[in-house]
Amino acid sequence: MTEQLKRTHLYQWHVDHGGRMVPFAGWEMPVQYPTGPIQEHHTTRRVAGLFDIDHMGQVEVRGLQAETFVNHIVTYDVRQMALYEAHYALFCYPDGGTIDDLFVYKLPDPAEKGKVYYFLVINASNREKDVAWIQAHATEFDVTVRDISDETYMLAFQGPKAPELLDRITSADVQQAPRFTAVQGTILENIPILMGRTGYTGEDGYELFFPADEALKVWNKILKEGESEGVLPIGLAARDSLRFEPCMPLYGHELSADINAVEARLTFAVSFEKEFIGRDALLKTKLEGPRRVLVGFEMVDKSVPRAEYPVMHEGEQIGVVSTGMFSPTTSKYLGMAFIPRELAAIGNEIDILIRNKPVKARIVKRPFYTPVYRR
Amino acid sequence: MNIPADCKYTKNDEWIKVEGNAGKVGITDYAQEQLSDIVFVEIVVAAGDTVKQGDACATVESVKAAADVYMPVSGKIVAINDSLPEAPDTVNKDPYGAAWMVTVEMSNPAELDSLLDAASYQAKLDQK
Repeated sequence: MTEQLKRTHLYQWHVDHGGRMVPFAGWEMPVQYPTGPIQEHHTTRRVAGLFDIDHMGQVEVRGLQAETFVNHIVTYDVRQMALYEAHYALFCYPDGGTIDDLFVYKLPDPAEKGKVYYFLVINASNREKDVAWIQAHATEFDVTVRDISDETYMLAFQGPKAPELLDRITSADVQQAPRFTAVQGTILENIPILMGRTGYTGEDGYELFFPADEALKVWNKILKEGESEGVLPIGLAARDSLRFEPCMPLYGHELSADINAVEARLTFAVSFEKEFIGRDALLKTKLEGPRRVLVGFEMVDKSVPRAEYPVMHEGEQIGVVSTGMFSPTTSKYLGMAFIPRELAAIGNEIDILIRNKPVKARIVKRPFYTPVYRR
Repeated sequence: MNIPADCKYTKNDEWIKVEGNAGKVGITDYAQEQLSDIVFVEIVVAAGDTVKQGDACATVESVKAAADVYMPVSGKIVAINDSLPEAPDTVNKDPYGAAWMVTVEMSNPAELDSLLDAASYQAKLDQK
């Protein structure tokens, strides 16, 4: 039986504008537009790009114990979050394996004055699994959990020009919002829009949430405003290279049920001083030192490393490539891989097995591209 | 879609342009468009190598995919395009010109009859 692929509200727009549609996480999404992924990548770094990411999921958590509950199921300590703050976190299994990575927002509840709720943004490929996990644990707490993915549209608008352009067409002062905070406002004819100064490209920019029925109007409005600057729609291929260069993990590659946050070097998203599901296992890995760790490497001899290629050292396989590609910003062939910790030092030489031939590579510092907001 | 009349084509989207007993080989405009942005080219044969029809002569990789390029005919490799690996995007820009990959001296020119002419190649693409 073939699974019926889902389509976003912008499916027809993508097709009409030459988007090459491919299956991704149960959805039919544009992998590129006619300009091609390299140009889309550079446009996002230099101007701004607009991404249809409505396949991603959103979950609201409300109730008296919302904070306690969210804190129990995610790695980051949400008690230290201010209102309107957004933070990266993970859901873990008790053994430390990763269920998903997510963004947690702490927001004022429009439904009830003075109350706070948590807004969780999760991956498309993990939506059903995540929601089931959240629901299962929610029964022990005084909370209500709502999967609002279907009625919520999500776009990403990323790049140095994004703040100025978005500021012109929305009611809120979006340029004043610090990194990792959200602002609420309106766009077009009073369409409510939540704008998180977040994203997965290493650039300044926003992730936008608004009623799904307005998808085409908002999409067109942003593209029109950015037209004179050269803003482009961006497909999945460039989305992948844009997140890869700053070494942001992608679930299924740098994270999985078999990969924990310590191995993936994501401890900035883990608050060990509080309780959460998976804490003991993660703490044990941290204290003992992980057996394998994520490294970045650069090909010494020119060739394209790709996910699943074996990583070799002195003729023995020591790991696999999690993501690899030609990096448009650096013009280098780069990759990430999980290898034993004792072989992970910067400068160490490894081989990547490419079409059954070992090709020389060297461990280099991560990230390959420092996000602009961390410089 | 550019399909020059002076080339012959394989079903796998390679072209060969024959002059005398030698032929230049590359991939078609359709192939480069399907692959999209090409980021890596490796010629896997060397001048002097003897190759058979269907042998791999190059590997082309785009942002998302890798593809082998196969010899449309048998013969001896007499030249390879050394500059192509330094500028892989040439394959996107000029697939029938600067992006030639190898030149082969044919050992069995009758193999050309097994290839498609421009009209047949166009017809094959139209079926997709």
